[in-house]
Amino acid sequence: MSKVYKDATAALDGILSDGMTLMVGGFGLCGIPENLIAALRDSDIKNITAISNNAGVDDFGLGLLLQTKQIIKMISSYVGENKEFERQYLSKELELEFNPQGTLAERVRAGGAGIPGFYTKTGVGTLIAEGKEHKVFNGETYIMETGLKADVSLIRAWKADKEGNLIFRKTAQNFNSTMATAGKITVVEVEEILENGELDPDHIHTPGIFVQRIIVSRDLEKRIEQLTTRPKEAV
Amino acid sequence: MAWTREEMAKRAALEIRNGYYVNLGIGIPTLVANFIPNDVDVTLQSENGMLGMGPFPFEGEADADLINAGKQTITELDRTSYFSSADSFAMIRGGHIDLSILGAMQVSEQGDLANWMIPGKMVKGMGGAMDLVAGVKKVVVLMDHNARDGGIKFLKNCTLPLTGVKVVDMIISDLGVFVIENGTATLTELASNVTINNVKEKTGANFKVDENLLFL
Repeated sequence: MSKVYKDATAALDGILSDGMTLMVGGFGLCGIPENLIAALRDSDIKNITAISNNAGVDDFGLGLLLQTKQIIKMISSYVGENKEFERQYLSKELELEFNPQGTLAERVRAGGAGIPGFYTKTGVGTLIAEGKEHKVFNGETYIMETGLKADVSLIRAWKADKEGNLIFRKTAQNFNSTMATAGKITVVEVEEILENGELDPDHIHTPGIFVQRIIVSRDLEKRIEQLTTRPKEAV
Repeated sequence: MAWTREEMAKRAALEIRNGYYVNLGIGIPTLVANFIPNDVDVTLQSENGMLGMGPFPFEGEADADLINAGKQTITELDRTSYFSSADSFAMIRGGHIDLSILGAMQVSEQGDLANWMIPGKMVKGMGGAMDLVAGVKKVVVLMDHNARDGGIKFLKNCTLPLTGVKVVDMIISDLGVFVIENGTATLTELASNVTINNVKEKTGANFKVDENLLFL
């Protein structure tokens, strides 16, 4: 059975439903699944719970789904780049669950690995710890956090083979490889799909068992949030 | 004269030892990288999944797939490695990072830190700050001693939601340096032409003055 689909709309066909939980890879706008987010915006799916480190910017990334009010709840660690998000949250149109970034990453990792909960020092004594089980190990207090799973994970990688083995590029990996493990269905968009055997098996970041559907990205914008450069020094 | 941002960053760079793995936060802490002495071998970690952060790219050579945690374009070095966010925070929470230098809205005399939200006003989120202060061996706060409106930031107790409890080991502000040990803050260095009384007027926290106080 081929995992390769012709475009983002085809790859999302039949797996979306109102009220679904979605994981979306990326850090800021780096490594976000641009085509899949656009296809989601063009669908009529509503009441999405989105698990993603950030919320994009006002007019790109998950910001597109905030504009259309398709998201009712976000689980994120930092949303500072998105004014519309802040507005919707402060006016209570949107529910927000802040997770420390490492807790979020580990919750996704645990969820994907079938681990229902774990203990961490992160957040002890803060708002994050309220209502959570506390436990002392070797004289130090930890709080219990739970694993996270998603109905669908949308991620971006650099290259895939037809089996769905993935390689990521530089810091565009971020949450993508871990989220691939935690979606009941994981859809990936890549810059290039290769024949099986063309990726070195020793270099695979994400084995194909975690990937159900693959598309090639079209017209990737790869927007840069903070372009910072230095002048070329005279040689 | 209080220290400039560059002087604060320069002072913070002295906390970096040879062989350290260091995470620098967004804002003034990012400037610290510019003042690491050439003979100190340090590896900078960026929590979005990179060890061995290089300088900003030359004009025209920025790569959208290569950013730091402040979403700025950067470059790689010979030693660089890339990894997932889960592995990145395994480094941070597992105690493998030697030093974290980050900003603050408030710090208490016990070393409590608040830097992620102002209820009802500003909602940005904690990002990786809660993990960094919980897991990194030494935590240094680099901040303006007072808020822009003159508000006190170094307090007896924080009034904003906390990022961590008793986690700050050192504060470097434009007025000087405080070491926080076992719940007690001690002023150890003063910026040039700043007096102990100046500091007291601008501080809500109780602090001791080190008997070997350095006047810089």
